[in-house]
Amino acid sequence: MPGFTATAWLCIVALYLPILVLIVFSFNENRSVVLWTGFSLDWYAKALENDGIRHAAWVSVKIALFATVISTIAATMAALATTRTKKFAGQGLVYGIINQPLMIPEIVTAIATLSLFALVKKITGLTGIGYLMLAHAAFCIPFAYMPIRARLETMTLTLEQAAADLYAPPLKVFTLVTLPLLGPGIVAGAMLAFVVSLDDVIITLMIAGPGETTLPIYILGAIRRGVTPEINAVSTILVAVSVLLVMLLFVVQRRMQR
Amino acid sequence: MKTVLRLLATASAVAFASSAAMAAGELNIYNWGNYTSPEMIKKFEEKFDVKVNLDGYDSNEAMLAKVKAGDTGYDIVVPGDYMVKVMIGEGLLEEVKPNTMENFKNVDPKWVDVWWDPGRNYSVPYQWGTTSFTVDTAVYDGDIDTLALLFDPPEVLQGRINMLNDMNDVINAGLRYLGYGRCNGNQDELREVLALLSKAKPHWRTMDYAVIEKLTSKDVDISQSWNGAAMRARAQRPTLKYAYPKEGFTGWMDNVAVLKGAPNLENAKLFINFMMEPENAGLTSNFARYANGILGSDKFMEPEMLSAPEIVMPAGAPEPDFVTPCPQEVVDLYNKIWTQLKQ
Amino acid sequence: MSDREAQTALAAAIAQNRRNERLTRAWLLAPALTLILAISILPLAITVVYSFLTPGTYGGVTWEFSTDSYVQFLFQRDIFDDSLVFNSAYVSIFLRSIGLALGATLGALILGFPTAYFIATKPREQRNIWLFLITLPFWTNLLIRTYAMLLIIRDEGLINIMLMKAGIISSPLTILYTDTAVFIGLIYSFLPFMVLPIYASLEKLDFSLVEAGYDLYANRLKVLFHVIVPLAKPGIVAGCILVFIPGLGAYITPELLGGGKKLMIGNMIAMQFGASRNWPFGSAAALILMALVILVLLANALAARKGASRNG
Repeated sequence: MPGFTATAWLCIVALYLPILVLIVFSFNENRSVVLWTGFSLDWYAKALENDGIRHAAWVSVKIALFATVISTIAATMAALATTRTKKFAGQGLVYGIINQPLMIPEIVTAIATLSLFALVKKITGLTGIGYLMLAHAAFCIPFAYMPIRARLETMTLTLEQAAADLYAPPLKVFTLVTLPLLGPGIVAGAMLAFVVSLDDVIITLMIAGPGETTLPIYILGAIRRGVTPEINAVSTILVAVSVLLVMLLFVVQRRMQR
Repeated sequence: MKTVLRLLATASAVAFASSAAMAAGELNIYNWGNYTSPEMIKKFEEKFDVKVNLDGYDSNEAMLAKVKAGDTGYDIVVPGDYMVKVMIGEGLLEEVKPNTMENFKNVDPKWVDVWWDPGRNYSVPYQWGTTSFTVDTAVYDGDIDTLALLFDPPEVLQGRINMLNDMNDVINAGLRYLGYGRCNGNQDELREVLALLSKAKPHWRTMDYAVIEKLTSKDVDISQSWNGAAMRARAQRPTLKYAYPKEGFTGWMDNVAVLKGAPNLENAKLFINFMMEPENAGLTSNFARYANGILGSDKFMEPEMLSAPEIVMPAGAPEPDFVTPCPQEVVDLYNKIWTQLKQ
Repeated sequence: MSDREAQTALAAAIAQNRRNERLTRAWLLAPALTLILAISILPLAITVVYSFLTPGTYGGVTWEFSTDSYVQFLFQRDIFDDSLVFNSAYVSIFLRSIGLALGATLGALILGFPTAYFIATKPREQRNIWLFLITLPFWTNLLIRTYAMLLIIRDEGLINIMLMKAGIISSPLTILYTDTAVFIGLIYSFLPFMVLPIYASLEKLDFSLVEAGYDLYANRLKVLFHVIVPLAKPGIVAGCILVFIPGLGAYITPELLGGGKKLMIGNMIAMQFGASRNWPFGSAAALILMALVILVLLANALAARKGASRNG
């Protein structure tokens, strides 16, 4: 399609331009994220020494991973239920419920969830990071669900039916036929869920307990006192590590295919 | 599937248990973000063999909402002046009687009989400062000590102004400029304030909390600002000058207090006493860049802090105005003004 | 086995099958629904209750029934005089937010569709890498990312410098702190939410068919609108929902890039839980927003049903 490739490249360049700026400023010698004065590695040293920031980054990744796994599994199952079984009464309602976390501004959900969790804590006496993880998993579901469902809707049933006609048990049909076909949808959904969880501020701020500060919360608190390139350094490290991991994965995958 | 479920069960059990296990020898502090000296915390941890968990919030109200919901697990909070009064009124703070503690003698007498905690039965000073504005004197070289620069700006400053994105700070400044009282329910006076703000708004470039970034990137030449932020901005733009407007400006103090039902009450009391030690208050000031209200702490403060014009008020400047919490009717009116202004 | 017996057996098998299907469905839906019911719908119920109460002093609620919050949305009582007059402030805030969200959705679609198509035409083993490349920028923090954007679109920013060096413009464009900046920011933040669902629905497209289509019709636009877009429709709908709805409530990016001089729905509501100390009104405004979103979704579903029945 003419123009499509150009548009795609434009998007990719536009997406990376701010990231480039962000990385450049992580090497700023000055304590500003908007005024460049000179090169230094100080902020990397500071970030690595800063317990608070390291802990926050680790909590963020931990919660995002948990939320991604849970929400992607739940969303895949729900997407199968809403597209792979016959139409049923209440399908619209189910669809509405799954998308509900999108519909209310976060602060409202956050305040209401806070009241609810306080009640649960009082009754059960349980505390800990589990609350935060579950809350993240819940609001990640619609983001994981939508791409998976879109994928399922465009997949024809022929292959699955053919397999079923050959008396393959449903589970086998699922793992050997449906799941591989569904793969791209699941990957897309999981990636969105991960990003959404990693960047959440408001719900996390309200629900997090002692020692559960995530990176966005850490940064939010820093606004009034000035954000320093330390945050850029941490972001750069996070990006670099993930690029390395994915490259590694890619290489391994290629090896295995050969 | 079963294995997946079992895995999940184990994972969630671990997640819940890992923090349920913490008990003795801990202290959970909930303070404004990036406001606590890591050096001071390390010192406390080593001295009392206590592990400190430190988390940050971004507004008094967010902290209040959480604390009110209950069972936060925190021991120490650092509410602003009016919030101390609110929290005492709501029964959210533990009466730990700092005034009977060993280090109370170090508290500047000026900060003992404060309206938010008379006699200091609940809280001790943490940091205090002022909210005024800071101007680039290379851009505007006239008299800066007047709020007219924000509300009736000279031509060079028009379109170069940042206001704090804060309902109370903006409306209070407007009230001062017009010479009216704070926590004002007088509708005629408020109508004038709305007219003043609406007339001035086209001259404002932005309304944002990120004062330091706005000033250092030269997006604006004048900004409403806290004194500590003004000092940090000056480090990168030396021609900035912090104003002490003759119409008055806001003063504020953040205070260390213990939450009712604190899980580590004894450690929290140790921390309150610890914070009144001059050296620790000095460490805090060096980090957070504000004054602290503990006598003798200047010996431990960086020299540039002691001479900074943002910290040391010039003779003849008006007394900072510590604004009391306003009744709901007034807040509702303020809210309407704010919505009209920003619709 | 008589015919009748066979029929009964068949009926029983079908019934069994249906029952099984219902069971499977319930089992498949259980995790997602349980999580959302517990962590999102239950709080929603709390929100409904809050919206009919009276604001507590210093935040929170008092248990006193009141519909003031809903009245307050359209009318103002007691500001400057005691009569009820129509208040356009909240409505205009809502309208502006809706306009921005719609614009962002359209912009993200125009940029996102070609991008998704581009990825879908890449060799299979490369596609996940491309997806990863699209989402990677969002692994960094929103705030820092927005500061970086600020530097790019400022008067003395990268874009203006490049355009001026290239001789396209002679004086810098003022983008920062305008609605244009807000649009750019929103499109930027939501682009992956458009690209990924569209990609997911396009991925299985047989592009040799598309090529054949080109040869036959020789009209690429026709192929696009008659072959590709209908195929990608579920993805487009999903993408639009994932951009439009969060776009309505977004406020951090719009505030930073737009200069914060105008309220968005998102921070108008957030304010009610902060300095304005009016939880019931914040709850009511959020519910009104949700009702609006549901209306949009319903209209969309109805349109889809009509379209479907017309086609088949």
